[in-house]
Amino acid sequence: MKIFRILKSFLLLEFAKAHWLTLKYFFKPKVTLNYPYEKGRLSPRFRGEHALRRYPNGEERCIACKLCEAICPAQAITIEAEERADGSRRTTRYDIDMTKCIYCGFCEEACPVDAIVEGPNFEYSTETREELMYDKEKLMANGDRWESEIAKRLADDAPYR
Amino acid sequence: MDNAVFQWLFAWLPELLQSLVWIVILIMAILLPLLLAVAFLVYFDRKIWAAMQLRRGPNVVGPFGLLQSFADGLKLLFKETLVPAGANKGIFFIAPVVTFSLALIAWAVIPWGEGIVLANLNVGILYIFAISSLGVYGILMAGWASNSRYAFLGALRSAAQMVSYEVSIGFVLVAVLVWVGSLNLSEVVLAQSGGVGSWFVFSHFPLFMIFLISAMAETNRPPFDLPEAEAELVAGYQVEYSSMAFGLFWLGEYTNILLMCAMTSILFFGGWQAPFAFLDFIPGPLWLMIKMAFFFFIFAWVKATVPRYRYDQLMRLGWKVFLPISLFAVVAYGGAALALGRV
Repeated sequence: MKIFRILKSFLLLEFAKAHWLTLKYFFKPKVTLNYPYEKGRLSPRFRGEHALRRYPNGEERCIACKLCEAICPAQAITIEAEERADGSRRTTRYDIDMTKCIYCGFCEEACPVDAIVEGPNFEYSTETREELMYDKEKLMANGDRWESEIAKRLADDAPYR
Repeated sequence: MDNAVFQWLFAWLPELLQSLVWIVILIMAILLPLLLAVAFLVYFDRKIWAAMQLRRGPNVVGPFGLLQSFADGLKLLFKETLVPAGANKGIFFIAPVVTFSLALIAWAVIPWGEGIVLANLNVGILYIFAISSLGVYGILMAGWASNSRYAFLGALRSAAQMVSYEVSIGFVLVAVLVWVGSLNLSEVVLAQSGGVGSWFVFSHFPLFMIFLISAMAETNRPPFDLPEAEAELVAGYQVEYSSMAFGLFWLGEYTNILLMCAMTSILFFGGWQAPFAFLDFIPGPLWLMIKMAFFFFIFAWVKATVPRYRYDQLMRLGWKVFLPISLFAVVAYGGAALALGRV
């Protein structure tokens, strides 16, 4: 048996096999995603950039219950509320410090009216730190911009909730 | 020098200067395409390597990423040249120059076709062998002058490795040149004329394998890239280099690899000659380039396949396997040449 082993190493059989394998891989389709042009699939539960949603009639959902502020483990959310002219309870201030946020998703789970959600967007890097201090205006704008995708994600995930 | 265009342009110069200008033109005719080829080879190396790992490789700069090497080179050029405080400044900067120029001057004797050679030396093989042995000086100087542990260890390894594998490369060359009966590279190619059947790769197959593997060790290519083993030595002898000093090492390394591809083609694959008579219409230099590209693919292929050797394995392979085999081959092929009446 030893003679076979010597023969095997002398004829570089293992090397030939390895090179045949890599040659086969050479012609296989490549798995790289060409990132800014191609993107991977995201789960409907993916937790990305936050957004504040509206009802279909345009009224904002958030009722300033402050459950999200209470549950936020990073204490990234700050809410101030006042009674509006029509007597409903609404926020006057809804800030998220995106540099504190740990994207745990507790805020969206705590929300009784599906107002605060973490959307599918993960490409929102900024050049300054200040830009990551999101205020209500920014969050509402996010909600308007991503509403169709957020609604689809919620619908896709609903059967499992 | 009797070229009509050249005469028209430089006839006003004195005779001595004319020949000087003519030689410079010839050198440029080899070096400029060579350096351009090296730039693309680095790109192909990365592409082949990537493809075997199911990646795409560079594909952003220019069409299909073809200009990637030029972007890298430009980036290197604009970087700051750092010199370590404890370095021996003179030797530190001479080292990459030595490596790069030694990698280039070997190309003087490479025959591109019948009579198409810059210097048709009668001792071409000896010249190449001498130049490639000198290559170790650039690395030693770099490792010593950097005054860094990593660089020093890398240079030590590299020196030991290159010297070890030069021995077996030397014996392979001796076996081939005894068979041919000449040290002239053009003669070696002409001895293989008559199509694929008379190429030395078939009659000298074991020697070809030893030469190919030793060439990888000689040029510090994976799986023998211990001098720059990034896991332990960061980058070996190149660790303290930045900017164009690093770029020269990088160019020199790939030029050396290309030289080894050329040597393999010339010694074992008929150099500039077509494999079949009906393909003779393709000019000789092109055939040599096709063969070099094929061997470069093999170099990249091996790089993508085989993991790095351990240092003692490398030394064992060099001294205990290749040296006895190549030594025996010299005797065997020499005896065969004598018996066949070739000597």
